[in-house]
Amino acid sequence: MTLMKSLSGAAAALALTAGAALAEPALIYDLGGKFDKSFNEAAFNGAQRWAEETGGEFRDIELQSEAQREQALRRFAEAGLNPVVTTGFSMATPIANVAPDYPDTKFVTIDGYVDPEEHPNVLSILFSEHEGSFLVGMLAAMASETGTVGFVGGMDIPLIRKFACGYAQGVKAVDADAEIIANMTGTTPAAWNDPVKGSELAKAQISQGADVIFAAAGGTGIGVLQTAADEGIYSIGVDSNQNYLHPGSVLSSMLKRVDVAVYDAMSAGADLETGVQVLGLAEEGVGYALDEHNAELISDEMQAQVEEAKSRIIDGEITVTDYTAEDSCPALTF
Amino acid sequence: MDRMPAWADAVLVPLISLLLAAILSALVILAIGESPVEAFRLMVEGALMRSAGWGYTLYYATNFIFTGLAVAVAFHARLFNIGGEGQAMLGALGVALVCLYIPWPHWSLALLAASASAALFGALWALIPAYLQATRGSHIVITTIMFNFIAAALLNYLLVNVMKPAGMMEPATATFPQAVHLPTFQDMFSTAATPLFRGSPANVTFFVALLACLFVWALIWRTRLGYEIRAQGHSETAARYAGIRPVRIVVIAMLISGALAGLMGINSTMGEAERLILNSTEGAGFIGIAVALMGRNHPLGVLLAAILFGFLYQGGAELALWTNIPRELIVVIQALVILFTGALDNMVRMPLERAFLAARRRRTRRAEPAE
Repeated sequence: MTLMKSLSGAAAALALTAGAALAEPALIYDLGGKFDKSFNEAAFNGAQRWAEETGGEFRDIELQSEAQREQALRRFAEAGLNPVVTTGFSMATPIANVAPDYPDTKFVTIDGYVDPEEHPNVLSILFSEHEGSFLVGMLAAMASETGTVGFVGGMDIPLIRKFACGYAQGVKAVDADAEIIANMTGTTPAAWNDPVKGSELAKAQISQGADVIFAAAGGTGIGVLQTAADEGIYSIGVDSNQNYLHPGSVLSSMLKRVDVAVYDAMSAGADLETGVQVLGLAEEGVGYALDEHNAELISDEMQAQVEEAKSRIIDGEITVTDYTAEDSCPALTF
Repeated sequence: MDRMPAWADAVLVPLISLLLAAILSALVILAIGESPVEAFRLMVEGALMRSAGWGYTLYYATNFIFTGLAVAVAFHARLFNIGGEGQAMLGALGVALVCLYIPWPHWSLALLAASASAALFGALWALIPAYLQATRGSHIVITTIMFNFIAAALLNYLLVNVMKPAGMMEPATATFPQAVHLPTFQDMFSTAATPLFRGSPANVTFFVALLACLFVWALIWRTRLGYEIRAQGHSETAARYAGIRPVRIVVIAMLISGALAGLMGINSTMGEAERLILNSTEGAGFIGIAVALMGRNHPLGVLLAAILFGFLYQGGAELALWTNIPRELIVVIQALVILFTGALDNMVRMPLERAFLAARRRRTRRAEPAE
């Protein structure tokens, strides 16, 4: 309750000094929940780091229903919290509905896109997941001995197809004849948190010859990584650095620096610059993880090839097709 | 007569159950170091003391009325329809098709057409399980829950591959045209001087839900079909002996049930989101079971129980917004209410019944002069 009191105190103070930059930031997690070991948790970690470094406080809410999206935005904006940071593409439309009513509040949508012309107080942060996935796809193809690699996605939505498509292009760039087995875990939100099914899919892919599997499936990926370790093949983690989970088996992780995005937004506070930010390889928004847990798995030659591809993507010499831009993929059919 | 009075059965039992659930919830909140009094105050203030809070409470309640009525109607024929979720999903699809592809001049016409379409889609989704139950004896619980998954898969396929506007990240349809925007409570009751229900999603569908309550009451207790449904529910053999055809009753009861669940789509899809999203039902189909149980399968009971659950949802949102009570514990509080009012009903009912009977015996003994 002390937080509640300090909050109403802060709101009252804000009302008195109208417009002064005293505001606390707010963070709204998508329906997956705060501690999902992946996307939302990365956002929480970024906010936590900001709070520790600055001694500031932030409010957060885990959504329980669709109708709460607009509600949480409005209530936080009315309480004077600024900026209001949100995770997940589903927040884009609610933000577009709410933002015009609170012109003094800055809204941030991570993964969502809100038209910056119509809504000058919104910052849309997008990640080039296809570029990061391309790099881990290359690693997968180089590490594979069977010439068959796997992909396990969470729910079958465009965002996950974007991961799969980038990955497939990376694999084909190294080995044009490689076979890619792609499976989605399910069609309900339960697919984000079903490690048992993830494990079964991994086993099925292994029996078809896959010896590297990339899991872009939230909590379901934990099962994929576990099975890969048990069966003695390689796996690739996602969003956060998951190399430490099974050292020697997790080949690398496709990093998506949601934590950095949240940290930067909260650090900027009410003076946040709005518009559209695309965080790709050049901005270090996405990448592949290299640390002591996978140092032995990635040879110097592999690293050199991936680094070269990375710089060529940044320079624009290689273009990786973004599934969501075209709704189709050159290297993989869904 | 060895039963307790009707008022005790209908009012006292749920009230005591609620009280027990509240006490246990208070202990849970206390255990994680928050103040239960403060939490309760936040819930009541957030859900009932502001008009916007009521706007959310009634929005959720509207969903639960439809799904609760759906379960109740099926239950009168002793059918346990737990496919409300899938039927509501299909209902929402029906709403979306009507709103997206037909240019409507006015929302009232669109509402009528969308209601018809939602009911039709929901009913059709219940038809196959109903037919299988009626003719093949495939258990309705198994088939309806399986149809929930099929509905989710179908919706996912349609939204990702067919109905999603090109280049959009979210699996959802385009926003419906402005002409089919349903009047919200804010549009209806606000004046320039006193804005009411600001930003809340409660809309004209709430009145459709009230009409549905009235319809179900008339159907079950005032029509021949309703009598047949109840007769079938009490004893299939007796009903058959009386010339009632069980196959017909099972199918019709499930069609009505599916239609009612499908109608939920107009509230969540046309009234709130104004586009079809993947997660448009978000479990209301299952909450409907608890609502029907608590409401004793009577429309008035369903209405009151739905408002209670609406309060729990909106109050839970307030808790999530302003306290550090984690989301999981808010679900625990909601679950305790379901547990006590639904599953543990007899725990309260039986002692209460015994107490009433004992009191009555004492009264009659006193009334009779000693021998």
